[in-house]
Amino acid sequence: MPEKVERLRHDYLRHDKKFPHVWCPGCGNGIVLGALIRAIDSLKLEKDELVLASGIGCAGRMPVYVDFNTLHTTHGRALTFATGIKLANPSLNVLTVMGDGDATAIGGNHFIHAARRNLDLTAIIINNQIYGMTGGQYSPTTPYGSKAATAAYGHIEHAFSIAELAVTAGASFVARGTVYHVPLLDKLIAQGISKKGFSVIEIISNCHIQYGRRNKMGDPVTMMQGFKDRAVTVEKAATLSAEELHDRITIGVLTDVDKPNYTEELQKIRDIAKDKS
Amino acid sequence: MTEQATRQVLQGNEAIVEGALAAGCRFFAGYPITPASEIAELMSLRLPAAGGTFIQMEDEIASMGAVIGASLAGVKSLTATSGPGFSLMQENLGYACVAEVPCVVVNVMRAGPSTGLPTSPAQGDVMQARWGTHGDHPIIVLSVSTVSDCFDITVHAFNLSEKYRVPVIILSDEVVSHTREAVFLPAPEKIEVVERIRPSVPPEWYIPYEDNSRGVPAMAVLGDGYRHHVTGLIHDNKGFPTDRPEEVNAFQRRQFRKITNGFYEIQMTKSFMMEDAEVAVIAYGSVSRSALHAIKAAREKGVKAGLLQLITLFPFPKRNVDPVLRQCRAVLVPEMNMGQISREVKRVNLSSKVVTINRVDGQFITPTEIYNKLLSM
Repeated sequence: MPEKVERLRHDYLRHDKKFPHVWCPGCGNGIVLGALIRAIDSLKLEKDELVLASGIGCAGRMPVYVDFNTLHTTHGRALTFATGIKLANPSLNVLTVMGDGDATAIGGNHFIHAARRNLDLTAIIINNQIYGMTGGQYSPTTPYGSKAATAAYGHIEHAFSIAELAVTAGASFVARGTVYHVPLLDKLIAQGISKKGFSVIEIISNCHIQYGRRNKMGDPVTMMQGFKDRAVTVEKAATLSAEELHDRITIGVLTDVDKPNYTEELQKIRDIAKDKS
Repeated sequence: MTEQATRQVLQGNEAIVEGALAAGCRFFAGYPITPASEIAELMSLRLPAAGGTFIQMEDEIASMGAVIGASLAGVKSLTATSGPGFSLMQENLGYACVAEVPCVVVNVMRAGPSTGLPTSPAQGDVMQARWGTHGDHPIIVLSVSTVSDCFDITVHAFNLSEKYRVPVIILSDEVVSHTREAVFLPAPEKIEVVERIRPSVPPEWYIPYEDNSRGVPAMAVLGDGYRHHVTGLIHDNKGFPTDRPEEVNAFQRRQFRKITNGFYEIQMTKSFMMEDAEVAVIAYGSVSRSALHAIKAAREKGVKAGLLQLITLFPFPKRNVDPVLRQCRAVLVPEMNMGQISREVKRVNLSSKVVTINRVDGQFITPTEIYNKLLSM
């Protein structure tokens, strides 16, 4: 096992990028990065053919550490850049990593339209329910009643369920995991990357600094223990009532459907256009 | 240019599409907006047949993002919009500046601010084109006044963008973009097409933002084996974020130096009857069409009038404007705004009287208005 970790570190992290990374000790982002690398390694993908694009925020800093073609774009716009890249070169494997605010507040419109369009992209969304980098302001996934830097009296808005939003918007593959359930996470990310079509992997993560501390949720280990206690599989969730599912985290594959792929549809259009011209 | 050329009657927006295709553009992302929509419509028809990609995005923010992504993946890319959409593009336009991604943005100006007067002509976005995105940055802004320009200048725009790794803005306006006139499109082999410089060193030697005499680093394409990092953060020559003052300073100064180095090539103007002119009009876009009529009429009245038509608005072509200001006792700058380019003219002026016509009622500046002003100067 240590040999494998050593090899992954050597093969996938950038040698010329100075560590340490920007994340706080105990942050779930490192776990997600590890899962992403293991998933890519398990699929034996060529690094030259991989593109990892991010937006802004703590999650946005992930690409700089990995030895792929990497982009750190503008806030909320990673999917728009990814769309251009994939259309310009469909042979590339294009992945995006975003936070909850990045993907569903400022980037919410791009997110639902990318899902609807069904271009073959993979969207990894780390949902820590807060704006961490800017200091703990509430995000679209901050739970009702929570405290945040901009919700001192308790949050009065209701949260998005990112994975369910993606299903409704038309994504081909949607899964949810947590930073506690790591072997499952590796598998879900690999499935998402392999899927032809728009894939979303929502990952529930801990921001014990900006969210946990304000809401008296304890240290990272305690927060992860909470993910373990609250998790329920998709299969189990199907047998539970809405009341029983309150405050639970449904994990696993929520949807996996085959739809016409955008780049193949585009090629059909090109063939028709060439015949007519 | 006219030999072996094909004569066609085209609309300004159509000529922009023809110019883009001739320059090698194979990607368009946009969002519907009058008076620019014909560019998207024609691109959706023409690009697939050329093996390219047209996509209508969810808004102009996304359009600009997709254009940058496609260019990073090695495909020459275009978007077209008008004022409200151009405002939305400013964020990602800044990204294209800082990451040095070639791309061309057409803004068919209409009267603003905000929704304004859809879709009367105006030239109110001149300063926005130069300074619209936040932060200090270099950018190239070109303007078009005829359908023929729409073709030629669009080719130039792509060439400059590729050569200097900088976004190029083409400012058209409602009048130019919706005018139909006869144009001679040059044969494809007569069109000079410039491609970005790609790295020639092995991938392990590649330094993505390494300075050189031109100040324009060689540009790798996503997927070609030269894996590197692209960011909107100020970065060192490897592309990694930095806040070290000496690295930040070197980066910022190179951005400006690369444009300054190319100034003689980038600045483009056209002179009409300037040889013996005593009074001159400095105009751009559709207004220079009126100005050309006006100086001819003024000459019939014995007034020695000339016209300097600005094609490049930014970097401001002061080396071509300065001789006009020295030669003429008075210079007239008519614009469909309250005085955006006249301010630039006044900024470089040391010797001449600068007079303006400013029209902001959504109406075109007529030859008669310019003529009357010229006679009074």
